[in-house]
Amino acid sequence: MTRFQSPDHYAHASDSYQILPFRFLRWEDGDVLLVNMVGEYEFINSTQFHEFATHKLEPSTPEFENFKAKHFLADSVSTLPLQLLATKYRTKMSFLEGFTKLHLFVVTLRCDHSCPYCQVSRVTEERGKFDMSTATADRAIDLMFHSPSEALKVEFQGGEPLLNFDLVTYIVERTEQRNATEQREIEFVIATNLSPLTEKMLAYCKEHNISLSTSLDGPAFLHDHNRPRRGGNSYEHTIMQLQHARAVLGHDRVSALMTTTSQSLQYPREIIDTYVQHGFTSIFLRPISPYGFAVRTNMAFQYAATQFLTFYRTGLAYLIELNRRGTPILEVYTQLLLRKILTPFPTGYVDLQSPAGTGISVVAYNYDGNVYASDEARMLAEMRDTTFCLGNLHELTYDELFGGDTIRALVRASCLQTLPGCTDCAYLPYCGADPIFHWTTQGDPIGHRPTSAFCTKNMGIFNYLFTLLKQADPYTVRLFTSWATEQPAPSVQ
Amino acid sequence: MKLHAYGTPAHATTTVLGRISTSPVTASERPDTILVGSLLGPQTLQGYAGALTTQILDRVAASTLPCPVIFAIPSLDHLADGDVVAITPQGYVRTLYRRQSPHNTLFATDRCNSYCLMCSQPPKNIDDAGRIAEHLRLIDLIHQDTTELGITGGEPTLLKDDLLRIIAHAKDRLPRTSLHLLSNGRLFYYARFAQRLSAIQHHNLMIGIPLYSDLDTVHDYVVQAKGSYEETIVGLHNLARYDVPVELRVVLHQLTVPRLAKIAEFIYRNLPFARHVALMGLEMTGFTLPNKELLWADPWDYQTALEEATTYLIERGMHVSIYNHQLCTIPRSMWPYARKSISDWKNEYLPVCSTCTVRDACGGFFTSGITRRYSKHINSITADQFATPTDAKGLAAT
Repeated sequence: MTRFQSPDHYAHASDSYQILPFRFLRWEDGDVLLVNMVGEYEFINSTQFHEFATHKLEPSTPEFENFKAKHFLADSVSTLPLQLLATKYRTKMSFLEGFTKLHLFVVTLRCDHSCPYCQVSRVTEERGKFDMSTATADRAIDLMFHSPSEALKVEFQGGEPLLNFDLVTYIVERTEQRNATEQREIEFVIATNLSPLTEKMLAYCKEHNISLSTSLDGPAFLHDHNRPRRGGNSYEHTIMQLQHARAVLGHDRVSALMTTTSQSLQYPREIIDTYVQHGFTSIFLRPISPYGFAVRTNMAFQYAATQFLTFYRTGLAYLIELNRRGTPILEVYTQLLLRKILTPFPTGYVDLQSPAGTGISVVAYNYDGNVYASDEARMLAEMRDTTFCLGNLHELTYDELFGGDTIRALVRASCLQTLPGCTDCAYLPYCGADPIFHWTTQGDPIGHRPTSAFCTKNMGIFNYLFTLLKQADPYTVRLFTSWATEQPAPSVQ
Repeated sequence: MKLHAYGTPAHATTTVLGRISTSPVTASERPDTILVGSLLGPQTLQGYAGALTTQILDRVAASTLPCPVIFAIPSLDHLADGDVVAITPQGYVRTLYRRQSPHNTLFATDRCNSYCLMCSQPPKNIDDAGRIAEHLRLIDLIHQDTTELGITGGEPTLLKDDLLRIIAHAKDRLPRTSLHLLSNGRLFYYARFAQRLSAIQHHNLMIGIPLYSDLDTVHDYVVQAKGSYEETIVGLHNLARYDVPVELRVVLHQLTVPRLAKIAEFIYRNLPFARHVALMGLEMTGFTLPNKELLWADPWDYQTALEEATTYLIERGMHVSIYNHQLCTIPRSMWPYARKSISDWKNEYLPVCSTCTVRDACGGFFTSGITRRYSKHINSITADQFATPTDAKGLAAT
């Protein structure tokens, strides 16, 4: 038998090490949060941080070993750490594969609601003027199938798309016919207030496997205030239609989104209770967007990002408490961020990525044939700012629309790695850019981070999530892990 | 479990493989069959691959028989219909496959490019290229209803192209059998090899590859081969790139337990494609014996680390099994992941186990462990200790 070699034989000759790419943030308690380029993180105290950064960390310490295993440092000439980082980076960035996946069809701007925060809708009986034509729909379907993506999501937007249901069915069927040869994975969803929903429409949705996404802003007094409908009873009507739609399509085929107005800020618990009461297992606490009527009616600027953060934190703490007491319900935005923080995988969420999803992950075909880089871009156009219009689909080719100057400028202005204020931010691997938001609010697609509501909001949320992760309450960490990994919630203690 | 027998050879000039039958078979099956029983006139042996008997025959008469014969074997009780044996000119009868066992393994080679501190099957530097024909023949003779066949060594990938031939042959001849290949994964560092293995498109192949640390220095030390960590990690990524399913195997001992939770984290972040992670108890055999003071860790003492690592992976949707651990040495919460993993020809129990209520669900011990070293906390688990609904549910899942 050959003699066995001692550990020294396998140790690296030198104690020196290379520091691999990372970003950091000093914490209130003196500790430092380090995040590597693929989103793996570590908290250490400032002394250790100083030792690490000045190449004085002792190889025999657990800190050294942990930093090495997480690819914060490399202590040999091997390129393996870089290869692993590259593979993990590629995985994190794989949302870019396939190019544009989400295709929004604005089939009409007409709507029977008159929500003051609405970005685009028109309350009008005049058919035709604000409806998409079949010729426009045909061309939009053509463009969608030009996208190389294996998976395509068709989302019907409005206005209220159900008011032009004939065109919805036209698009669904043309897409299905076309897909008989294309063989993509197609998903249909209608964003609707549910109010014009009929039995016939539901049967059609069931037959064609179409899911519904509606709006629910909270309890009746809030929902009715935010989303007024002719004849009132907006909430009551929504709930009734929701239950009916679920009965036909299946519980999980109808989802809901909420918008936070200044009235909502006082009621995070009541809003969440409404979602629980109606059998939802998720809720998306969304701030209002600064577009469309929301700007004209001055609603978008009625509260500051810091007020939203208070609302969010109270809501999230309440959600954790509900879970702890045995009611499983998750917050969608938190789940997306935790997936970025706690897993090696990317998310398919187009509104928080770098480069921004505008045009390259999502596109909106407006009723009039204009193609926009996102839903927000077309809302902006309704405010007479057509900066992010890629062109009209009857005039331009796929290459001109999706390879043109506008889309290139959007990508250039939304790679966080190059943006002032983002490039050295510890949260960069988890965050995204929103050039349209910054153009709208600050007059520049890159924008100024210290005064950006987008940055304040996201920084605040990241700070809160990392505070909770650092406190490491066992239940909270397990709950967060289950959200991030889409595994069953931890058993209640 | 008896896997060898020895008798007097007659008419045997080369090693012959055959399928055991205790009753005569048709002429077309005879070239694949080794008949076992009392002998028998010359006509009845016509066309057989060989024959085995406990009878004492006359040497001269035996040499006139129409096929190779091993006679005067003390006992043949361990052989059953459908088993595959190899008989040698020296009179050895080696069992290569047992029809009734779920644990059948093809020993591809004795050679290895690693020299692990706890190797249970220490490598031998023997040129065994000539055994390939035997392996292919064995696959021909194995029953098609065999659920799983292991391929182990030594390091099977050292056979290179011949290993690919063996796997391709198994794909053709055993369309319902899954293959479980144990390899250190180092040769898959060469992407082309991983690609060629993938190109066989075996219907159900899993490669079990050991990982002993998230740190190169520790892994290389355990494996006793500089650079092996890098080769194995790159190899795992190459296999993933070509969609070959992999299982990670971590043997638990003094060198791996201290960073077990960190290894789990490393696996999730860097190797999340692993279909299965096996956390394995140390086998008290082979190289473990000279290294036992360096390696041995009582499972009772690493319960917390075991629970932490397992829970970490399970909560992230990964599949984990705990192998070679007695139920009384691991936390109750880990019982659902404990498997009866010890091959049926190796496992045994202690006298104290005779009154244990969960003995049937417990993997017990390796024979080598029972005689050499085992946990100081082996205990009989009584009915009231065990009688909680959670436990019952957990055990049902095993």
